[in-house]
Amino acid sequence: MVDRLRLKGTDSWWMFLLLLPTLLGILLGTVGSLAASVAISLTNWNNVQAPQWVGLANYVDSFTDPRFGDTLLNTLKFAGLYIPASVIAALAAALILNSHAKGRGFFRAAFFFPSLTSSVAVALVFSWIYSQDNGILNQILGVFGAPPVAWMGKENILYSVTIANVWGAVGEGMIIFLAALQAVPSIYYEAARMEGAGKFHIFRKITFPLITPALFFQVVIVTVNALQAFEYIYMLTRRTQGESTMATVVYLIYRNGFRWFNMGLASAQAVLLAAVIIAFMVAYFRAEKKLVVYDK
Amino acid sequence: MANRTIAKKAMGILRFFRTQVWVWVALLVGLVITAGPFVWMVSTSFKVPAQQFDGALFPATVTLQNYVRLFTSAPYLLAEVYNSLEVSVLSTVGQVLTCAMAGFAFSVFQFKGRNLLFGILLLTLTIPPQVTLIPNFIIFSHLGLIGTKIPLWIVSFLGGAFGTFLLRQYFASIPFELAEAARMDGASLIRIFVRVYFPLAKPALSALAILTFTGSWNELIRPLVYLPSNQKLTTLTVGLSLYQAQYSGQWAFLMACAVISILPILLVFLVAQRQIIEGSALTGIK
Repeated sequence: MVDRLRLKGTDSWWMFLLLLPTLLGILLGTVGSLAASVAISLTNWNNVQAPQWVGLANYVDSFTDPRFGDTLLNTLKFAGLYIPASVIAALAAALILNSHAKGRGFFRAAFFFPSLTSSVAVALVFSWIYSQDNGILNQILGVFGAPPVAWMGKENILYSVTIANVWGAVGEGMIIFLAALQAVPSIYYEAARMEGAGKFHIFRKITFPLITPALFFQVVIVTVNALQAFEYIYMLTRRTQGESTMATVVYLIYRNGFRWFNMGLASAQAVLLAAVIIAFMVAYFRAEKKLVVYDK
Repeated sequence: MANRTIAKKAMGILRFFRTQVWVWVALLVGLVITAGPFVWMVSTSFKVPAQQFDGALFPATVTLQNYVRLFTSAPYLLAEVYNSLEVSVLSTVGQVLTCAMAGFAFSVFQFKGRNLLFGILLLTLTIPPQVTLIPNFIIFSHLGLIGTKIPLWIVSFLGGAFGTFLLRQYFASIPFELAEAARMDGASLIRIFVRVYFPLAKPALSALAILTFTGSWNELIRPLVYLPSNQKLTTLTVGLSLYQAQYSGQWAFLMACAVISILPILLVFLVAQRQIIEGSALTGIK
């Protein structure tokens, strides 16, 4: 156990001051907000007139209104593509960088940079790349004589949004995986090579088990991000009237809460989204015990 | 002699092809995929609008007119850059300060309820920000702060699980003997924090600062909700989304806007690349 100092003299007061912002943050920002959200979700409230108690009506409305079901389905479809795609792409990039020493710093920086740039700017660039009339993708297709594709059309929008979003997020995961790969003790590799193990065998039996903690961490982060998808959806699927061709739950919450000022309905949907996220986390942490190897 | 060096070289090339060539191919493909959209953005931004659809990788005529046009068609872009800067800097100060305070409290001293409080703090990570958005909006609207930038940064002064966790891990890695030695000299808690721990945590503090800054710079939903959708008063991200709608199809101009929005982040990245990458890696290792 780590040693710790005991408080004496004025220390307790200072300790209280150091923790005060955090305590306020937990009380007001999180616990208070969560309670308030649940309370608001039981009312009809436009933030101007007094709230009206409506019980579970907002939840019932959410489940009977096909729009909520559609956005939930869109969110889950997006998550189903985005989670594996971004994790696999990040792991592949990290494996390549890890097997290669020359210029690693440069490539690491280059692959990482997109994840720092704003999703809004990235999405703006991708909306130009995807542009149906003269976007670069369709021009390249044109060179091969292929007809232009409606990248932002109904059939393709899910894939187009996913690709842009993966492009913008791969760097972060790559860094996490690279750190995990470099933390694998080299004696394991040496021992395996002495035994004459092949590359794939080494990956499957040594590398992979040892990076499962990082993999788990990354899957958790990416899942939370996927279920809260908003920026790319806002930039790539928003139409002139503010409707979206592929609205996600967060987009719907934004519209209900801050365009129609239907705070009760928006809160109910936020609480439902939180429940979905927590359900994912519970499932993950159950699976963690079976799948993740901790080298302790 | 000469034959031997040639043979050696040939062997070297052969070995390169056997082991390294696919790695290089993969790296270069990765580079094209990563850099492609940026190159395309910059290249389009220097094109004459009439040539924006020519598909050429390099502009036939290089022009600055899209950038000059920023001053007339997007006269508030600089105001938006300033607004983003103000919110991002204040958020960064708030996060670094209050997360360092809490991270220190949780790592060096023993007090009642420490583990419980830290556990609760970590639990707050699971609550999606959309849940807090509506109650926060209502609180700020009753305080009359909607339409001001205050809601965007004030909450950064209330700590946060991610930053506190990051800094606690770092403080815990600082040799405990330093704290003990300072204690022997009669230093109080606050003195140990300000004089010993805070200065030693520079790598983790700058990592958190940079992550907070870029996160805040890139944020969309909160400025969208809290600020009026008035180009003069909003942040750069919302500004970009407004220009996207207003100048729909004028790609050369829109790409110039995108370049301007990415430039500050690029500068921060070039200056502090190592800290950023190592700081991000720090978050994944528990």
